[in-house]
Amino acid sequence: MRIWLGPAAGFIGTVSTNAALAEAAKETIINNPTTAWDHAWTEVLIDLFIIGGIFAAVAVYLLIRYRTRDPDAVGTAAPLNLEKALAWALVPAAIFMADDFLLSAKGWSLWNIQRTVPQNAMEVKVTAYQWYFEFDYGNGVTATDLVVPVGKPVVMRMTSNDVIHSFGLNEYRLKEDIVPGRITHLWFLPDRPRETDLICVEFCGNSHSEMTSKVKAVSKADFDAWMTKSLKKAEDRRHLKLAVSSETAPAQQ
Amino acid sequence: MSAIAEIETATVKSGFRLSEWVFTTDHKRIGILYLIGSMAAFLVAGLMALGIRIEQTAIGESGLINYFVLDFSRSISTGTAYNVALYFHGAAMILAFLIPGLTGFAANYLVPLMLGARDVAFPRINALSLWLFWAAIVVALLTFLVPDKPDVLWTGYPPYSITTPGNTALYVFTVHLIGFASILGAVNFLVTIIYMRAPGMGWNQMNMFVWTTFGAFMIQIVFVPVLAAAVTLLLFDKYLGTGFFDAARGGDPLLYQNLFWFYSHPAVYVIFLPAMGLLYEIVATQAKNPIFNYKAAVYGGIIGILVITGEVWVHHLYIAGMPDWLRIGMMVTTLLISVPVGLMVISLWGTLYKGAITYNIAMRYVVVCMFLILVGGLTGIPLAITSLNLHLSETSFVHAHFHFIMGLMATYSLFAAIYFWFPKMTGRSADDGIAKLAFWCNVLGTQLTFWPLFIIGVEGMPRRYWDYAMYPQFQPYHKVATIGALITAVGIVLMMAGWIHAAIRGRKTSTNPWKSRSLEWTNTESPPGPGNFPKPVQVGKDWTPYDYHR
Ligand SMILES: [Cu+2]
Ligand SMILES: [Cu+2]
Repeated sequence: MRIWLGPAAGFIGTVSTNAALAEAAKETIINNPTTAWDHAWTEVLIDLFIIGGIFAAVAVYLLIRYRTRDPDAVGTAAPLNLEKALAWALVPAAIFMADDFLLSAKGWSLWNIQRTVPQNAMEVKVTAYQWYFEFDYGNGVTATDLVVPVGKPVVMRMTSNDVIHSFGLNEYRLKEDIVPGRITHLWFLPDRPRETDLICVEFCGNSHSEMTSKVKAVSKADFDAWMTKSLKKAEDRRHLKLAVSSETAPAQQ
Repeated sequence: MSAIAEIETATVKSGFRLSEWVFTTDHKRIGILYLIGSMAAFLVAGLMALGIRIEQTAIGESGLINYFVLDFSRSISTGTAYNVALYFHGAAMILAFLIPGLTGFAANYLVPLMLGARDVAFPRINALSLWLFWAAIVVALLTFLVPDKPDVLWTGYPPYSITTPGNTALYVFTVHLIGFASILGAVNFLVTIIYMRAPGMGWNQMNMFVWTTFGAFMIQIVFVPVLAAAVTLLLFDKYLGTGFFDAARGGDPLLYQNLFWFYSHPAVYVIFLPAMGLLYEIVATQAKNPIFNYKAAVYGGIIGILVITGEVWVHHLYIAGMPDWLRIGMMVTTLLISVPVGLMVISLWGTLYKGAITYNIAMRYVVVCMFLILVGGLTGIPLAITSLNLHLSETSFVHAHFHFIMGLMATYSLFAAIYFWFPKMTGRSADDGIAKLAFWCNVLGTQLTFWPLFIIGVEGMPRRYWDYAMYPQFQPYHKVATIGALITAVGIVLMMAGWIHAAIRGRKTSTNPWKSRSLEWTNTESPPGPGNFPKPVQVGKDWTPYDYHR
């Protein structure tokens, strides 16, 4: 519910008292696409409530004020002269356009945060299959859940092995499709230790609803421990494979 | 003249004869046959919606959805059965209900009458359109009979639609037939509107519904061929082994999405425009006022939409991996759609100003539509903003958003039209107690269904999930939504039973019960005979269909 109550509170509270708070908050949220999303959503929702409220109020007023029981009564609106007709077209058009550009600017600045991958980001390769995700850390470690250290931006380089899937991170407010034959990307900032859901959000058939994984944001220490363990496992696997192939190799000769 | 008189006396004495309906070229009968077909599609697609809601009510498998798609032996999985229901619901509601309901039924029945014309320009092509549409309904219904039921949603995205064992050909052929019917309809109605207006009727004297129909068919004639091409390539890829959408062979899966939405975003306005047109007609009549700022609504609104609607489709591909700059460019064009739509909304609102508003059942639906436009339109804004869309897309927020516009506003405008022109079509009134009861069931039921979906959508409830084990907290919302769907089902059954009852024994009405000034009410009887008007229609220089003030 937080996502809904935030805007409601913002709408009711006065803007001036919040201004200082918002200014202080800006420092910390500037580069996290997740909190930046929540912030932009609140602002847009306030905008929508204002426009919707005005139109709804006018509608209710007109519908009640001009009702009649006399079936022979006719309306008495005077026809618009040219100036009025133009004014009723150009003034609203200008207001709507101004709001459109305002919203575009807000949207664009959030977009820049979402699409500018930080220099120090950790890269993980993602391959999607019907119906699971596979993560490749680039050092031989692969996993089906995504484990990441808190505080370090993570960038996904993604492709699909079969149909189109999508990488959906609800708690991080991000999505990007995973398309066969292309490499798409998405980055997020694991801002605190938590385990969240990764879900496939592009329709991919029978088990689309079950195509889920976990994103585990853990402390740096825990991540390093996990990585060391995983590396060792990967190493063992490779040795096993080598051992197997050196055993079978002479037999083939 | 004598031939027409002969036909007239023949119809008057004969009563109902099946062959007269099957071989008819009369736009009014064609309109009514479109209505029957689109309502049949609506009922089956509505049943699918009910099945979808029931399956989503509880976490885990109920398996009831298999019965909804006539898979009694449960030979397909619950997930696939759910996807088949999604496919049929989406494809049938848009292609076989909304578009044929608005541009088949409403346009056919009303446009020639509003123009003062005897029929459309090409009555036989009109009949061909109708029967292509009925053929499409039959092909679509084969979904439930074939073992490899199509499960590709109404969008049919490859590679899934190519690799699925489901029958993608049925989807393609349904689109082909409807598309062919739409293109023929477009030619017919554009020519009719341009050349067959009553002598004296200028472009600025046309009914708003005629203008919006003109807009809708302009979109159809330009954009439908693109959709037809896209699904044809899909057919080739799946059944002839071509690789247009196969990345491994130099094709591109996103090409299909671009072509598909190049048509299917404008298709939203094929639905929205005539729906608005119907609302304008009813509001003007019930408020006994001329259309507020008619020219702004026509040249700013309708023409404005025609200009912008082809440049916004990438908002359906915000998360699909398109170039970043295109995702931002089409955010701006998408948001700018608010200008023409806003002008139309202001014009609709303004028509009430200083009116003499009387409320019949049609007007009640119109009032609801006014609020649906606000909610549906405004919730489109965060979806239009690329960066906000990154979280909202593919959630039930999207689902609720377009159901407010298409599922509710456009549908209710059609319901309103049926009630409003019921006396015209049958000479009887459907405005009775059953209609009121059905109205409240429909309105309350659908609101109960879609508001919870907005809420959990922002929280991240994914679309097209038959199960949601990872989100148990959403279950209460799904329960409320399903209760709403059940109430709506009662409303729909009541409403349709009411129509059938009223058509046979409803109260007889006068020729012009709502005291409209539009030609279909003022210059002919209810229902109009063959040839529409007893005397050829001619209008004066300062005549308008809304001249209540003189
Ligand atoms: Cu998937
Ligand atoms: Cu669109």
